[in-house]
Amino acid sequence: MESTNASTANFPGLLKPARPVGFTGYGAYVPRYRLPNSEVARIWTDAKGGPVKEKAVTGPDEDVITMSIEAARNAIARAGISPLLLRAVWIGSESHPYAVKPSSTVVAEAIGASPHIQAADLEFACKAGTEAIVAAIGLVGSGMADYAMGIGMDTAQGKPADALEYTAGCGGAAYIIGPAEDALCLIESTYSYVTDTPDFWRRAEQKYPEHGQRFTGDPAYFKHILAAAETMMEASGTKASDYQYAVFHQPNPKFPQRAAATLGFKPEQISTGLLVPVIGNTYAGAAIIGLTAVLDVAQPGDRILMVSYGSGAGSDAFSLVVTDKILERRDRATKTADYIARRTPIDYGNYVRYRGKLALR
Amino acid sequence: MEIPRHWRLKQQRYALVGEVCPHCEGKIFPPRDVCPHCSGEAKTPYAFSGRGEVYSYTRISDGPAGFEESAPYTIALVKLEEGPLVTAQLTDLGGQPVDIGMPVEMVTRRIRSDGDERGMIVYGYKFRPVMAAQA
Repeated sequence: MESTNASTANFPGLLKPARPVGFTGYGAYVPRYRLPNSEVARIWTDAKGGPVKEKAVTGPDEDVITMSIEAARNAIARAGISPLLLRAVWIGSESHPYAVKPSSTVVAEAIGASPHIQAADLEFACKAGTEAIVAAIGLVGSGMADYAMGIGMDTAQGKPADALEYTAGCGGAAYIIGPAEDALCLIESTYSYVTDTPDFWRRAEQKYPEHGQRFTGDPAYFKHILAAAETMMEASGTKASDYQYAVFHQPNPKFPQRAAATLGFKPEQISTGLLVPVIGNTYAGAAIIGLTAVLDVAQPGDRILMVSYGSGAGSDAFSLVVTDKILERRDRATKTADYIARRTPIDYGNYVRYRGKLALR
Repeated sequence: MEIPRHWRLKQQRYALVGEVCPHCEGKIFPPRDVCPHCSGEAKTPYAFSGRGEVYSYTRISDGPAGFEESAPYTIALVKLEEGPLVTAQLTDLGGQPVDIGMPVEMVTRRIRSDGDERGMIVYGYKFRPVMAAQA
């Protein structure tokens, strides 16, 4: 692999806002229904299971807008601010309900943040949610706004019988970025690493995505995750043992485990935020809902490394430090573990119906 | 096509925004600008908490136009914590039985499409069983 890290001559440095910022609120959402891998295997193969235990599936009346509304309400409850203080609502997803008509305006209206806001939907495969957060850091960190919301949420598409059908799940999280003095978790810096990589795409008006031959692993996920993480650690003078927790984008259990081991993290540092075995890959929500599970249990002073990955391709790395405000705020809304514990398994027939894979006319 | 109506009703439907009477403090939903308790003018917006309990319910197995694909579903009269009685679908039941008095909370969900799959998506309130937090 080519050298990509901070020792490279033209490395421009980490992204650090002029004004210190952090997360002042966060909220997760996982829908109620679960499709066990054994159900996918029962229909399409002779095998008994797949890479994860089960994946989270939306009910028939849910989509990225409704899930974002609930996660956003949880984030506002934790932040304890009026939604009118938000100056932006940005939603990253690859499953916005409309091709043209923003999800963000509906969510902003529902949470009471309209009309004095920036609003837009972002798309960068699984990285769109963290891109929304980086944009919010810029808005707040420049002093143009005091609070901004970044959401990553997906109802991931998996083609029937495809390998992705085992893992393509539904869920995500919302974050409110605000001034550091009001933060439950400080954002020290971010660093993003982006190249044109043909690993995965979905063309306009296509229902299901395509994989780019053998691009998925080393040239895509690992190259970008490792470059972003190594650069972040080298430029900030940190090593794996300085972090209590690490969260990586998690398309399956193996990829984040291998990335963590390569970077020198121990399994116990990533286990809290590794949700893919029980909710599947929530795409734009995957890394950031792993982080909500960590924030639900972290202690003040804990240092967290989060690295997202989006096909196409790129990674955003975040260096985070939990503050003592976490203790009073995290109980103000439903925790990630509570959403995961609320589970109703469904069979493949109901899955096909709930996810709209049946043509009724 | 009822696009103007969906647009006009979005705040009450998305966020359960009704009114509070400035004369008798009565909470009003849906908003109607005249207090049903004291007949005074009442135009102050009021966001309901979304918490309530099932007052009565029924199971719909043959849905009306626009709801054919949702059936079977449960529709309930929900007595809001603040007093008003609203009619709404119950959701996220996951097969669990419904009881009169069951505590429920508001969630914003897809109600239906206005027309076919080319039409606008109508979002609005439904109620689900209150989520139990882990100990």
